[in-house]
Amino acid sequence: MTGQGAGQAARPESEAELAEFVAAAQEPLRVFGGGTRQSGAPVNGAPLTVAGISGIRLYEPGALTLVAAAGTPLEDVEAALAAEGQRLAFEPMDHRGLMGTQGVPTIGGAIAANASGPRRIQCGAARDFALGVRFVDGTGQIVANGGRVMKNVTGYDIVKLMAGSYGTLGILTEISLKVLPGARATGVLLLEGLGDAEAIRALSMALGSPLDVSGAAHLQKGLDGDPVTMIRVEGTEASVEERCAKLRGLLAEFGEFALERDPDRTRRGWIHVRDVASFHDRDGDVWRLSATPAEAPRIVAGIAGAEAVYDWGGALAWILVPEGTPAAQVHAAIGGMRAAATLVRGNRAAGAFAPLAAPVAALNEGLRRKFDPRGILNPGLMRAAA
Amino acid sequence: MDMPTPSADILARRPEFERRLREILPAEAVILDPVGARAYECDALSAYSCPPMAVALPGSTGEVSDVLRLCSEMGVPVVPRGAGTSLAGGALPTADSLVLGVSRLTEVLDIDYDSRVIRVQAGRTNLSVTQSVGERGFFYAPDPSSQLACSIAGNIAMNSGGAHCLKYGVTTNNLLGVTMVMMDGTVVEIGGAGLDAQGYDLLGLVCGSEGQLGVVTEAALRILRAPEGARPALIGFASSEVAGACVSDIIKAGILPVAIEFMDRPCIEATDAFANAGYPDCEALLIVEVEGSEAEISEQLERILEIARRHDPVELRLSESEEESARIWAGRKSAFGAMGQLGDYMCLDGTIPVSQLPLVLRRIGEMSARHGLKVANVFHAGDGNMHPLILFDANKPGDLETCEAFGAEILKLCVEVGGCLTGEHGVGVEKRDLMGHQYGARDLEMQMAVKDVFDPGWLLNPAKVFPLEASGPRRMAAQ
Repeated sequence: MTGQGAGQAARPESEAELAEFVAAAQEPLRVFGGGTRQSGAPVNGAPLTVAGISGIRLYEPGALTLVAAAGTPLEDVEAALAAEGQRLAFEPMDHRGLMGTQGVPTIGGAIAANASGPRRIQCGAARDFALGVRFVDGTGQIVANGGRVMKNVTGYDIVKLMAGSYGTLGILTEISLKVLPGARATGVLLLEGLGDAEAIRALSMALGSPLDVSGAAHLQKGLDGDPVTMIRVEGTEASVEERCAKLRGLLAEFGEFALERDPDRTRRGWIHVRDVASFHDRDGDVWRLSATPAEAPRIVAGIAGAEAVYDWGGALAWILVPEGTPAAQVHAAIGGMRAAATLVRGNRAAGAFAPLAAPVAALNEGLRRKFDPRGILNPGLMRAAA
Repeated sequence: MDMPTPSADILARRPEFERRLREILPAEAVILDPVGARAYECDALSAYSCPPMAVALPGSTGEVSDVLRLCSEMGVPVVPRGAGTSLAGGALPTADSLVLGVSRLTEVLDIDYDSRVIRVQAGRTNLSVTQSVGERGFFYAPDPSSQLACSIAGNIAMNSGGAHCLKYGVTTNNLLGVTMVMMDGTVVEIGGAGLDAQGYDLLGLVCGSEGQLGVVTEAALRILRAPEGARPALIGFASSEVAGACVSDIIKAGILPVAIEFMDRPCIEATDAFANAGYPDCEALLIVEVEGSEAEISEQLERILEIARRHDPVELRLSESEEESARIWAGRKSAFGAMGQLGDYMCLDGTIPVSQLPLVLRRIGEMSARHGLKVANVFHAGDGNMHPLILFDANKPGDLETCEAFGAEILKLCVEVGGCLTGEHGVGVEKRDLMGHQYGARDLEMQMAVKDVFDPGWLLNPAKVFPLEASGPRRMAAQ
């Protein structure tokens, strides 16, 4: 074990060492991987990173599975996959630009935050690609769940529960992932000037077509300041050409979509969407809204001074608002609509997550007491924004 | 297979329970006579049966809530039931239990094509969900082979799969929200607001929990636009091992077929005789289906054939028409029926890493010789979900026991090579006592702790999923 000096994070080098450390802990712990995502309310606790528990344990390209220690840098995982023409299909976001953080994103952090990018609309979130986990619970015991095969209904699915629990139920030490082949070719359709509601109608139409769209986004302000609507198609060369042509025909009523086929430009364009680059280096708080595509623009319009980046066909909206915009104002814009907003960037001291209905909150709390009876793992991180 | 002794105390209070049940439900929703209740004594794992104390078939979420509150108050165990097609005994009652069926909850509540979501009552059958949106070219992806009969409630309870999981995932990947009634009668909405969970991913936890955490009455499901077309290729091989290696090579080449189905010689012969599918005379065959536009299909099939040729196939057949596609699929789709013609069989459901296919198939062959029972293999090879069918004679003393021992040995092998006991059928009572082979005591303890949170009285489907001795202290304490 290294790094227990003043101000430095504890950094166990193995699962066993981590388990021992947690069992012996007498105070709350602030658990993180690379520390780049900074999700939820700030935690008062002794810093503990899993970055020391690192390395790809198994990779079988022919079985589409990869097993990695939680602290493995995401870029190592992605490089190993790329060497075999495969990828993490859920396209995890890099939070560093948006959050202004430094450090190395880890695979454990991506799963703990259920960080999913544009392709989520086509093939699922991080949680959908997590096949198995090992973790250390709040008492310091090691627990395994799931496995490394993609069809597994043996017992309860605690893998899903751990994805998106931000280290509050247990500390991930190892993750098995389903991976997918990468695309041979990509095509992106682009159209400037659409309003939010029109753009989302176009995205819904594209997503509701048989043309297998793998990205559907709308930026209120594209690179040159005008609104831009983006639709991505991936596959083999012939198929991408054919589907892009069909999509342009299908969406003709909205205007003439431009077609971008340059591999580097299409890749960078979707990294821009994935990482919400529109809001990098800009003042203001950022909220993340999960809503129905039809209702998202109405909610955005209800918040004074808001600017939005829509992804997932409008089911996700990143919203930039003036610094210090009260949570109450965001919640008022949601009103009775079925949507939830999380404060991603801004003053999260009073909580960052969406409020839960009472019986659901009780279940959350009940689970937390079972997994972490002493309440020492990232306490308070997931509390609701007041 | 043991089930807990029925509680004498509950049986003694049966008249009171029946009276109160009648008070909260309309007459047509309650079955109390032994003849009527007998229809609910087992599911599709018919080797085990036991008539329940009573059957309730509520017609609304409110009625489900009333029934559960009553059972909670009186300490009566509840066995939730979808369509009763479980192959794992997930809906097997005990004599002191109430079977709570959702078969009257069949309405479509809402279809939102823009968001690509359908909301249905959970008793609706899987296939009828697709039929409700088929006119507009949409479908619901998970397609278990019982899809004509099985219910969405059961699919959610077992996290059901199907033949097209390699591309579309299983139930949990296609479920967006549920309305669920807790054992104490509380109604909770889980998920359903956009795509992401708020708080912990309770939806992921509920899906596959085998009816032990709550009774799902409504579900929001992801619907997809059907691809423009799909076409299969049929490839025959001189050995199962070679077929297994070909599967791995196809996937490694970056092709993602929508289905890769595997059949070995015993299964090929039986289905060919039954369905007259015209299958080649070979040791193993693969049916590989790809979908998309015509250009996409041709391109992918060509690449698949190119890979297959490297494995010295004895037969290569590319479907060029709908009729040919139907003929290629005919044998596979009738496989279970065809095997039934050969005698009694037990169907297993373990999953293995695809890379282990050749080894596992060889070992199963060796076990078959040792136990003196024939086995046929038919399964979803792309995702490693095996369905070995062990043939036995139920009338021959000792054959069932030999078959069960053989089956357990195969499942242990699946775990040993990095796989699991059950890929899509569920644990139920069938694999309950094998759980210790896959999970350590602490792992099981954590899962049972989850049930403690949702159902502290351990009344929902109590004697399933966990080995009886592991769940015993909790079930006793609750009584």
